[in-house]
Amino acid sequence: MDAIAEPVTQPVRLRGRSYLAFVFTPVVPIVDWLAELDATLSRSPGFFVGKPVVLDLSAVELSRSAIAHLIVSLEKKNIRILGIEGVDPSLLSPTMPPVLSGGRVCEIAQVEPEKPEVRPQVASLLLDSPVRSGQSVVFPDGDITVLGSVGSGAELVAGGSIHVYGTLRGRAMAGVNGNPHARIFCQKIEAELLAIDGYYQTAEELDEALRNRPAQAWLDGGVMRITPLT
Amino acid sequence: MAKVLVVTSGKGGVGKTTSTAAIGAALAQSGQKVVVVDFDVGLRNLDLVMGAERRVVFDLINVVQGVAKLSQALIRDKRLENLWLLPASQTRDKDALTDEGVGRVIDELRQSFDWVICDSPAGIERGATLAMRYADEAVIVTNPEVSSVRDSDRIIGMLDSKTVKAEKGERVTKHILITRFDAARAARGEMLAIEDVLEILATPLLGIIPESQDVLRASNVGCPVVLNGPSTSAARAYMDATKRLLGETVTMKVPAERKGLMKLLLRRRAA
Repeated sequence: MDAIAEPVTQPVRLRGRSYLAFVFTPVVPIVDWLAELDATLSRSPGFFVGKPVVLDLSAVELSRSAIAHLIVSLEKKNIRILGIEGVDPSLLSPTMPPVLSGGRVCEIAQVEPEKPEVRPQVASLLLDSPVRSGQSVVFPDGDITVLGSVGSGAELVAGGSIHVYGTLRGRAMAGVNGNPHARIFCQKIEAELLAIDGYYQTAEELDEALRNRPAQAWLDGGVMRITPLT
Repeated sequence: MAKVLVVTSGKGGVGKTTSTAAIGAALAQSGQKVVVVDFDVGLRNLDLVMGAERRVVFDLINVVQGVAKLSQALIRDKRLENLWLLPASQTRDKDALTDEGVGRVIDELRQSFDWVICDSPAGIERGATLAMRYADEAVIVTNPEVSSVRDSDRIIGMLDSKTVKAEKGERVTKHILITRFDAARAARGEMLAIEDVLEILATPLLGIIPESQDVLRASNVGCPVVLNGPSTSAARAYMDATKRLLGETVTMKVPAERKGLMKLLLRRRAA
């Protein structure tokens, strides 16, 4: 007996698998709703890429062409519709995603859109008015720039350098956190005291030839130099 | 709209009270309704300079503490019916002033006057800070010498930070009034030059009042100099300054020695 090998027909195996789908529920006016969606997308672009999306049309009444138009608009935003809910099946054309039903509401773990990277604060303080006698400006994080004069009896304390676009008549202390490379610049020097990284000079020691001229103070090893700026 | 003007300086003896009386009288003469308020509690002087010392019944402290009504404490000037004085108390000290009490009195004065001029005490303590607290404008009285200029600089810093206007992010309009300017000493270079004062203070100039015996004489007889000797150079300088305060443009005259030639100083508008 010839054994005829009958072709073994593998029965189609059906497996169930559930996915979490986002449900979009458009509301009228659709244009505004789309704009809202755009805003969300601009905050987190690519958020819906590759994610199943279901369109719930129960809140709106749309004609067939309007539904087609909506699907195209979403496709342009790179959002592909897996199925449609809450709509009369007769309104859908065969090319459209199928009607779904029996969906259950479940919690979606909100994925926080990535916050734009916070830039580190620029280490500089700008003062656009004169610093008056008795005022004390302390900025240990970086440079101080003053657009104006620093009055006699005023005090500037900076972690970095000090720039004065005016007459420096008060005290200026730069590099207070141990920065020997900090410098002090001013348009006119009449300072009561200059200090960089703990090294200081008082007005008495200031060379008369430098007075009332643009100058800078800097540290040369352990010696403070005050030189004209030309 | 009522304006609150504080006359201040930081340093004592530069001419705050004299200037308050003179500017107050000049404003009243030009038709404005003016009250001058003495904030120098415990060391009051404005009543003497105004010649009202024998008519004081109630004072600023009484009104601040609610013991007396404002109308009971205000003294009307005998020469100018538009001019009023709110005297300070001589028996109390500056701690008797409270922020809200002063605010209430200033508010009430704003209702009935065009100008409320606060004569600040010297120093930077309570009396001076409360005198400037509610100001819209400030006249900083400065003598052309380094100590006065530095104190004025300090006061300007406080006007820019400790007043109600500053706290609201607005600015008190500030004017420099140079007083006791001695032309002869300036010519010899014994005083700071006007330009140097303005350069240091970076604030517009309101006027230059010459050092003069007329000012002293007026104070001694208890009469603002603009009323006592209206033709004197000091009185004219105060009147010009007052016109500028009212927004008029008046050419700035630098008091010169009596050689006839008046130097003209261009109006400086410092940054």
